[in-house]
Amino acid sequence: MPEARFTEYKNSPPQTIRFVDPKTGFQLRPFVYGMSEKVDKETFRRTFAVRPEKKYEIRFFVKGEPYKMWGIIPMDVHLFGLSNPKDPLILMGTDKLGHDLFSRILYGARISLSFGLLGIVITLILGLVLGGISGYLGGISDTIIQRTIDLLICIPTIPLWMALSAALPRNWSAAQTYFGLIIVFSIIGWTGLARVVRGKILSLREEDFTMAARLAGASNFRIIRKHLLPSFASYIIVNVTLSIPGTILGETALSFIGIGLQPPVVSWGVLLQDAQNLETLAHHPWLLWPALFIILTVLMFNFLGDGLRDAADPYK
Amino acid sequence: MINYISYRILQLIPLLIAISIIVFVIIQLPPGDFLTNYIAQLKNAGNDVSESMILNLKMQYGLDKSMYMQYIIWIKNILLHGDFGRSFQYNQPVADVIGPKLTLTLVISVISLIFVWAVAIPIGIYSATHQYSPLDYVFTFIGFIGLAMPGFLIALILIYFVFTQTGVAITGLFSPEFADAPWSMAKVMNMLPRLVIPVIVIGMSGTASLIRVTRGMLLDELSKQYVITARAKGVAENKLLFKYPVRMAINPLISTIGWTLPALISGEAIVAIVLNLQTTGPMLLKALMTQDMYLCGSFLLILSVMTVLGTLLSDILLALVDPRIRFGGVAE
Repeated sequence: MPEARFTEYKNSPPQTIRFVDPKTGFQLRPFVYGMSEKVDKETFRRTFAVRPEKKYEIRFFVKGEPYKMWGIIPMDVHLFGLSNPKDPLILMGTDKLGHDLFSRILYGARISLSFGLLGIVITLILGLVLGGISGYLGGISDTIIQRTIDLLICIPTIPLWMALSAALPRNWSAAQTYFGLIIVFSIIGWTGLARVVRGKILSLREEDFTMAARLAGASNFRIIRKHLLPSFASYIIVNVTLSIPGTILGETALSFIGIGLQPPVVSWGVLLQDAQNLETLAHHPWLLWPALFIILTVLMFNFLGDGLRDAADPYK
Repeated sequence: MINYISYRILQLIPLLIAISIIVFVIIQLPPGDFLTNYIAQLKNAGNDVSESMILNLKMQYGLDKSMYMQYIIWIKNILLHGDFGRSFQYNQPVADVIGPKLTLTLVISVISLIFVWAVAIPIGIYSATHQYSPLDYVFTFIGFIGLAMPGFLIALILIYFVFTQTGVAITGLFSPEFADAPWSMAKVMNMLPRLVIPVIVIGMSGTASLIRVTRGMLLDELSKQYVITARAKGVAENKLLFKYPVRMAINPLISTIGWTLPALISGEAIVAIVLNLQTTGPMLLKALMTQDMYLCGSFLLILSVMTVLGTLLSDILLALVDPRIRFGGVAE
């Protein structure tokens, strides 16, 4: 649970998962040792000492705090945990309020990933519609859309993101800010896609099969849907996959510097807010864990996009 | 040529006007303004704020007029007097606030740019000429990481590792004793070693993508027939490589030279916040938070104008290098 707190384990380091017990030797079931807090008499720094006499075994499907699966089905079975939910299982440390970082990273994934995907859906719609109009109809609408794109490209992206997200009202609810930010990203992000779509449509419009379809009496909409769209769908899929990581990184960066999503919303960028200054980093380095997840996610999307590009390119 | 350039410059004018309007609208978007907050603060602190004082403040900053009058006054002052308005938080002319920070940002960005080129082009050439060699794989891998990791994450991780390994805090551009000192040789010398980390961090993604571009372009060129012909005629391998294919391969450099710098400046913004540099990034963030509208508006405007002029510069350079564009451009 992202809001659950181990109140006695604030800023606790991660526990080590062990398989070897000095008394009984190797065992297949992993376990962790308990920890107790100590305060340094001189510096008043809190540190945690491992207490090998307290041994907790990690089990699958333990009963714990009740929650709702997919927000609907009430459940209290967790995938893994300790048999007594009051005992601490802290895989990646806790933050200054005693929240378990591992749970929060998993919950943050919901926000961060859905942000990238939802953002790209709106960008895709804007890019397809405007790029399509621009390429297929041409004329005045083409000029207007092209000039708008030129204009948006001239204003540097990151400062523009910062300015627009700072413009979102402070008193908005978490969900409003979330969608507001998605719209900010889409308004700026559609230009690249629209250019690709326009270029493709311009060249496909002149092809013989388009002319044949037109002569056969097909409507504009049917030509676009049945003949043009399938021809460049692969380009769009590649383009979209490669721009998802950009959106995820943008959200992370904005939340990180404090003008994106705000706590209590949990996203990877919000989690990284805690790791902003040197003192926290030096004493609680485990707060950097979300960074690893961000990098992995972005790398995966990049690899996926590159793979799709190779697969979609018939000349290779 | 002159025709082409003047045609391009004429095209810029409506673009610049539109940009300035958009920037002004964006900075007006947040509800409330600096003065309202300021007056509320004064009242909270128990000060007596009279109507005339509020009116005075509004007059001073030109906030008593309608939005489009504010815009016209702002633009008129910029064009006629080079006066970007007054910053609320610093209570100084915007130009005085931005000037030193922008210089610092420019210095860092230009050094990063040189770093990117100096590192990426040789590596790109090496990767292309030694395709599928172990080092090529190493560079490709590093390139992938460099593209995937945003600057501020690299900065965070670097800060942590440098601190745990050496105990040195690499944030900030100056040692404390130089932070507020006037510029001097000693201050510059103090800054130089501290520039290394920001330059690497800011240049990282640019380097990664430039390596990929150079490698790809060069591989394309190397498989062309003129290269095979030249090789068959016995041209020395080095001469063969640098005479034409490399020149073709670094063509993208020219077409991107103009907006690379503004892109670096805008990418620097978040890195500078993490590394605690006294550049334009943290200034923009603070200005946005406090709704210091002339300050952030002017910064956005300057950056956009730099991008526009940079693109123009690239186009002119490209036309100089490539006759096809030059004549095509005039015909249009």
